[in-house]
Amino acid sequence: MAKFDMNDDNVVVIIGTGAGGGVLANELAQKGVKVVAFEAGGRHLPEDYVNDEWGSFAQISWLDTRTTSGNFRLAKDFSGLPSWIVKAVGGSTIHWAGASLRFQEHEWKARTTYGDVQGASLLDWPIDGEELAPYYSKAEEKLRVTRTGDREGLPGNNNYKVFEAGAKKLGYKDVHTGRMAINSRDYDDYAACQQTGFCFQGCKWGAKWSSAYHDIPLGEATGNLEVRENAQALKIEHDDTGKVTGVLYADKDGNQHLQKARIVCVAGNSVESPRLLLNSASNMFPDGLANSSGQVGRNYMRHMTGSVYAVFDQPVRMWRGTTMAGIITDESRHDPSRGFVGGYEMETLSIGLPFMAAFLDPGSWGREFATALDSYENMAGMWLVGEDMPQETNRITLNHDIKDQHGLPTPNVHFDDHPNDVAMRNHAYQQGMAIYDAMGATRAFPTPPYPSTHNMGTNRMSEKPRDGVVNRWGQSHDVKNLFVSDGSQFTTGAAENPTLTIVALAIRQADRIASEMSKGNI
Amino acid sequence: MEEVRKLSRRDLLRQSVALGTVFVMGTGFIAAPNAAWAVEVKHLKPQTMATLIQMARDIYPHDHVGDEYYAKAVKGYDSADAMAGVEAGVEALDAVAAGRGYGNYLSIGWERDRVDILRSMEQSPFFQQIRGGLIVGLYNQEAVWPMFGYEGESFSKGGYINRGFNDINWV
Ligand SMILES: Cc1cc2nc3c(=O)[nH]c(=O)nc-3n(C[C@H](O)[C@H](O)[C@H](O)COP(=O)(O)OP(=O)(O)OC[C@H]3O[C@@H](n4cnc5c(N)ncnc54)[C@H](O)[C@@H]3O)c2cc1C
Ligand code: SF4
Repeated sequence: MAKFDMNDDNVVVIIGTGAGGGVLANELAQKGVKVVAFEAGGRHLPEDYVNDEWGSFAQISWLDTRTTSGNFRLAKDFSGLPSWIVKAVGGSTIHWAGASLRFQEHEWKARTTYGDVQGASLLDWPIDGEELAPYYSKAEEKLRVTRTGDREGLPGNNNYKVFEAGAKKLGYKDVHTGRMAINSRDYDDYAACQQTGFCFQGCKWGAKWSSAYHDIPLGEATGNLEVRENAQALKIEHDDTGKVTGVLYADKDGNQHLQKARIVCVAGNSVESPRLLLNSASNMFPDGLANSSGQVGRNYMRHMTGSVYAVFDQPVRMWRGTTMAGIITDESRHDPSRGFVGGYEMETLSIGLPFMAAFLDPGSWGREFATALDSYENMAGMWLVGEDMPQETNRITLNHDIKDQHGLPTPNVHFDDHPNDVAMRNHAYQQGMAIYDAMGATRAFPTPPYPSTHNMGTNRMSEKPRDGVVNRWGQSHDVKNLFVSDGSQFTTGAAENPTLTIVALAIRQADRIASEMSKGNI
Repeated sequence: MEEVRKLSRRDLLRQSVALGTVFVMGTGFIAAPNAAWAVEVKHLKPQTMATLIQMARDIYPHDHVGDEYYAKAVKGYDSADAMAGVEAGVEALDAVAAGRGYGNYLSIGWERDRVDILRSMEQSPFFQQIRGGLIVGLYNQEAVWPMFGYEGESFSKGGYINRGFNDINWV
C-alpha cells in the first residue's frame, strides 16, 4: 500500500472517502495519479457491520456536534442531528440503500423549466443529461445497478408486493423493484443479495455497492492511493498567488500535521465541505476559501422527504428483504397542475422496531402512538423523496460559540421549508396513503422527515462565477487547483436519490483532473 | 436480564406492600406480584421506582409487554447521578396528583386520569427525560422485539432469501 511523504507536493489530496471522494480516489489512482485521501473515520468492513440499528448507528455515524435553526421539523425533533452521515472509510455509502437513478432531462434546467419561483434561488446546471450520459453508464457499471445494462431486477419482498398492488389499483404505471446498486446475481467478489434486510446498517454480504469495499481497495491495489484514516482535515492552506498548497489535518490522537498537495478535492458531504472552506478563511480570503461569490454554504438542499407507514389486518413483515425494495416513478414528472413545481419518487422503505419507535412520530406518546407500534408486524412503508427548492438562506454557517474537539467552530444547519416543498409533501402524503387505502389499510401514518440523508448544494456548480462556487468540472471558480467532488456541487437536487449522479460526476472529474495535470494546467 | 432478577414468591410475600401493579419490598426491592421478577433499588426510594415504572407504561402502554421490561427501561435512573432529579420529578408528579384529590400518582385507578396529569407536565424536562429515555430503553431491548413480531438480526440465519422475504399470502 502506498505511503506518501508529508512534503510531497505532487499528490492530489482528497478529503472524504464516500460516494464522491472514494470514487474519485480510485479513478485517479487507476490513471496513475498519486493520491492521499483523508478520512475522519476509521475503517469498517462487512465483517464488522452489525444487524442492529442503534448498534450500527453508534459504530459509524458522524456524531460531532452540530446545531440547527429554521422552521423545518427536524430542528425540533433532532436538533443535534440535522443530517445522517457516516464517519468511516466509505462514508455514507455504507449506510445507503442503493437506489441509483439518473436525473430526468428537464431537471438539469430547473430555472428554465420551473420559471421564477418566489424565494427560490433556482439555476440551470452548466451541464446536461447528454453530457453526463456516458458517465452515468460508467457509474451504473461500477455500481452494478439493477435494470441497467444486462442486469436483472431484484425480486420483490413483502413490503414491495403491498406497494406494487396498491400502486396498480391507483393506476400508476411505472412500478418496479428499482434500479439498485445491489447485486442481483453472484459476482466473483461478492454474492447476490440474500435479503437480510439491514441495508442501512452496512451490507454484511457486500452485495450492496459501497466505496468502503469496492473503490477504496481497488484504488489501494494500484499502489497510487494512500488512505489516511482517523484523519480529519481542519484547514486548507494556500500561497500568496491564491493557489492551495496543502491540508492541515488532525490524526487520531489529535496531533496536527500538514500534508502538501498539488491539488485539493473536497468531498466531506454537504455539511462538512462548506464548513471546511469557511474554516479555511485567511487574510487573502476573509470570507472563506473559494467564496468570492458568497455562495459557500448557501442553497442547502435536503430533498422534500417524508414517509407513509400503514397498518393492515394481516402481517406484512416489511423488514424482511431489501430495505428499499421498489419504486413508483409516475409522480416524478414536472406537472404544475398538482400545485407545485418538480416531482417526487415513491420508494418502499422499512425500518426496524427500534428506529420505528424513534422516527414514526418523534415526541409523540400515549396509546395512539403505542398502538401503532403494536401493529408493527402488520405495517408496510414507503419513503417519499422529491426535489426541494434551493434557497439562499438555507445554509451552513459556522457556529463560533460551540467548538469541536479540535477547537474549530461547529456547523449550524439552517433550513426553512419552501411553500413548494410543503405543497409537494402534502401531495405525496395523500398519494402514499391512497395506495395503502386501496389495499385495505386500517390506519396510515404520514411520517415526518428523518435526519437528512440527502445533503446537497452548499458549493453549487454554476456557469457564472458570481452565481456559485464551482464550474462545470467541480473546479473552484476562484482557486484553480481546488475541486469539490461530492453532492455539495449540486446546482439543484432533482427528484432522484443523489448518489448515482455524485458517482458519475466523480468519474468525469477524474478524467478532467488527469488531463489537466498532464497538460500542465494544474 | 442482570438487574432484574428472579426471586421466590415466598421471599416476596414475606415483607412487601402492593403499589400499583408492583410490590415494594422493605428490603430495597420491587417485584411483580407473582414473583416473576424483581428489581433492586439502591439509590431511589422503592416507591419512586414503582412510580417510574407506572409512568413508563402510561407513556408507552403496550398491554402485552410485562412490567419487567418497563422496569429495565427505567432502571438506569437508580444511580447516584440521576437520583436527585428523578426524586424531585416524581415528587412534582405526586404533587399534581394530590392537587387533583388523589393520594399520589400510583394510587390513581384509571390510565386516562394519570395520562391527563402527564399531559399537563408534558413540556417539563423531567417528563421529556423519561419519555426520551424510553425510546431506546424500552424498544431497543431485544427481549421485547418478538412481542411486536420483529425478528432482529438475520445475517447469521442466512437472511430471508430462503426464509420468507416474499411469503405474503394476502396480496
Ligand atoms: C440511511 C441512508 C440511506 C441512503 N440511501 C440512499 C439511496 O438509496 N440512494 C442514494 O442515492 N443515496 C442514498 N443515501 C445518500 C448517500 O449516502 C449520499 O448521497 C452519498 O453517500 C453522499 O456522498 P458524499 O461523497 O457527498 O458524502 P459521504 O458519502 O457522506 O462521504 C463523506 C466522507 O467525508 C468524511 N469527512 C467529512 N469531513 C471530513 C474532514 N474534514 N476530514 C476528513 N474526512 C471528512 C466523512 O467522514 C465521510 O466518510 C442514503 C444515506 C443514508 C444515510
Ligand atoms: S438486503 Fe441485500 S443488499 Fe441489503 S443488506 Fe441484505 S444482502 Fe445486503
